[in-house]
Amino acid sequence: MVTGTGHRSRGGRASRLSPAAWLYVAIVVAAALAVLGKALGADPDMDGPVRLWWTMLVLALLFCVCDSAPTTLASRQSAWSPSSSATLAAVVLVGPAGAMAVGATSLLSVRRGLDLTQRVFNASMYGLSAYAAGEAYLALGGHVGHPTQASFPAIIGPFAAAAVVHVSINHGLLWGMLMLVPGAEPGQPGVAVQRYITMLFVSDLGYATLGLLVAALWSVGGAFAAILVLVPLFVARWAMGQFAAQERAYAATMAALCQAVETKDCYTRGHSERVSRGSAMIAREVGMRGSRVEAIRYAGMLHDVGKLGVPTTVLQKSGALTEEEFAAIQLHPMRGLAIVSEIGFLDEALAGIMHHHERMDGRGYPMGLAGDEIPEFARVIAVADAFDAMTSNRSYRGALAVEEAIADLRRWAGTQFDPALVDAFVAALRREGWEEPRAAAPAPADGLAAADHDDPTAPLRVVESW
Amino acid sequence: MRSATSGAAGRPAQAESWRQAMDSGELLLVAAAGMLVVAAVAQTAAAGVVQPRIALAFGALISFGEVLRLSLEGGRESAPTGSAGAFAYAVVLSVGLTPAVQPALQVIAVAAAGMVLGALPHLAAGRPAGLAGVASRLIAVAVVAALFRPLRGALSVTSQHGWVLALVAMAGVLAAGWLAECLIRALISADALRARFGVALWDEMRVQLPLGAAVAATAILIAFAADIMGLAALGVFIAPLLVTQLAFRRYAGIRATYLETVRALARVTEVGGYVEDGHARRVGRLAVVVGRELGMSEPELLELEYAALMHDIGQLSLRDPIPGGATVLASPEQQRRIAELGAAVIDQAGVLDRVAEIVRYQSWPWRGGKREPPVGSRIIRAANAFDDLVGASADTSRTMAALEWLRLDTATEYDPRVVAALAAVAGRRHRGRR
Repeated sequence: MVTGTGHRSRGGRASRLSPAAWLYVAIVVAAALAVLGKALGADPDMDGPVRLWWTMLVLALLFCVCDSAPTTLASRQSAWSPSSSATLAAVVLVGPAGAMAVGATSLLSVRRGLDLTQRVFNASMYGLSAYAAGEAYLALGGHVGHPTQASFPAIIGPFAAAAVVHVSINHGLLWGMLMLVPGAEPGQPGVAVQRYITMLFVSDLGYATLGLLVAALWSVGGAFAAILVLVPLFVARWAMGQFAAQERAYAATMAALCQAVETKDCYTRGHSERVSRGSAMIAREVGMRGSRVEAIRYAGMLHDVGKLGVPTTVLQKSGALTEEEFAAIQLHPMRGLAIVSEIGFLDEALAGIMHHHERMDGRGYPMGLAGDEIPEFARVIAVADAFDAMTSNRSYRGALAVEEAIADLRRWAGTQFDPALVDAFVAALRREGWEEPRAAAPAPADGLAAADHDDPTAPLRVVESW
Repeated sequence: MRSATSGAAGRPAQAESWRQAMDSGELLLVAAAGMLVVAAVAQTAAAGVVQPRIALAFGALISFGEVLRLSLEGGRESAPTGSAGAFAYAVVLSVGLTPAVQPALQVIAVAAAGMVLGALPHLAAGRPAGLAGVASRLIAVAVVAALFRPLRGALSVTSQHGWVLALVAMAGVLAAGWLAECLIRALISADALRARFGVALWDEMRVQLPLGAAVAATAILIAFAADIMGLAALGVFIAPLLVTQLAFRRYAGIRATYLETVRALARVTEVGGYVEDGHARRVGRLAVVVGRELGMSEPELLELEYAALMHDIGQLSLRDPIPGGATVLASPEQQRRIAELGAAVIDQAGVLDRVAEIVRYQSWPWRGGKREPPVGSRIIRAANAFDDLVGASADTSRTMAALEWLRLDTATEYDPRVVAALAAVAGRRHRGRR
């Protein structure tokens, strides 16, 4: 159960922590020391933990084994391990002080890349949540010692309360830390964890029940119970790890395939990934829930796949387009749809891909929708798409500075873009920054330059009026 | 997630293989399980249900678990929670302070009733009843119950050292049940997909091992805890397995989405006019069937399918499509360049190294190159040529001509083993159509 997660900042050096993060760590450690002092004051000889040294030793080993083999989550800043079954067993068998000591052995867990600050923080976090769980257990009438037949079912209530307290404090403290540590990718302060947090909370609670089993079987099987308990724990850990690995592989494969699509158009190197990132920034800013942010991330990635159906000669044509050629470009969102519609999970993303060139005033394509008729995903992608096109180098003009591009977005808010989403994007940009494209687009060999169909500063020109 | 999506290596021509399988292997299995159930129910009804309260609690758990079915990789259906409940009922020695004395046939009857009840919501929701899955799970329960029955008298979890003996006996019996289920499933899938039995069994055991271990451990935990906690143990100790199941569901889901996405994105070469409609998917399907014919395991088949789907992705880097898109007619240098470009795209992902390697060597002749290309590359080379020549056509004479064309080139270009497998597969397909 436990969320074990140490905070693992990329690069891992504590010196990179911001002053606020240092303060946070200091407060958590001080709170842990204060609680330790209180526990020592109440029982100076540590009678329980010392008398039950064998139990303590086995539980600490169990904790260390679990905590040493965590599953890294997608953000790589946090990891999950089922070690809280050990601390919760200690709550029942030894009491709050013992549980705290078991949690504090996180200091010794065998994990590479954890520096002392991180270890101390993790140990304090686990110690605090274990002690609080122990107090909650006692407060609700839980009895410390080996449970017997007579203890059931009365023990379940206090134990459940202890599990909830433990998991909540653990998650809460870690969440605070992740908020203060800069994200692995710019502009993502630990948000990737958001998608997992509900699942982790539930699974942590589920695994907490194993702590009760360890405690209950202690009088029969002793240490054996701990070994048996490890089996489902490690299977779950394995499955979580497989899931996370597959998800990373999935994202990487998708990005690589999108990049292959981009090779057709020299302007758009990295465009898909940046639009994906920009769309996700807007989506988070307007408070979409995690699964929708994820969907829009993929929609942004795939929004221009249909451009493959547009002949290269049209895409790279300089000067005005004939009506047929313009029609070919207007159809590209539909062609993208034909490909992507086979991916089952992307329902809402489909609408976003199909309509990402609609305009608020109804003069966009392919359907000429206006205002709220345009799906929200499409309005989001349109803003990120245009912004990236403007801030990229084009051979007919240099890249616009971020400020100029923002001014242009604002100018066209209401006619081309949804004003609320433009505001959200600007707010997110100010906070998280924008990673501008590195390489300049090479100028075409013939010295002529085609207009980028995404670029609002250089609208496509059509030969005849229509 | 659509239930039809199959994680590893897909089950192509699903409708066909399903019907075929239901005709022979699965039907036999369902019939055998049905007879077992009839015998168990009749015996239990005649003798009366022993300890009905315990039977009811375990039966409820089993049907609850059956509702929460799970699709593992390769479209394998599993119901870990239900299985754990049924196994626990088969090996539980005492509940609270009362010894549990259910006969083996009653265990089978209760498990069958629970599973059938749990299948009803699936039927109501329009999903398949999954009778073959239910039957194989039930037979595993029967194996465990039958093997454990002679042992139970000698076992006790309460005595000083008795728990060690009980633990060993339970673990051994559950392993036997697990093995029986794997054997049955491997027989079925070898029959339905024409895979080699040894390979099918290995795949089955590989996929079922992690969840099987968790199920067995949970069953043992419940059996032990029931002695101390009574029936409350069922509710409390099934929870961790539910969490494990949740993790597996997400894992299976992302695998299916992954394959679905690669399948969809492989179509960009078609939309871009580089290759004929449906080429990537047909080559993918053909390559997998040929690979299975050659005895490749599921993980290898998945890599092969990815490589086959993306084998033409390098064409995107060409400024102008090859006329007709048929690489079989392109010059060797151009073929090699497309393969290199495609491998470079896949290398970008950084997670599909072996897939990139298969794509890279697809243009190499079987013999005469600097090294022998991987078997996946050889399969894709032949399957791609076959599809370029035959396309979506089902014409027998065209198929025969294409095979003949490939056979003529087996001295250097195409691996004769691959061409022979391809001929066998194509021959079966034509017979199946008729």
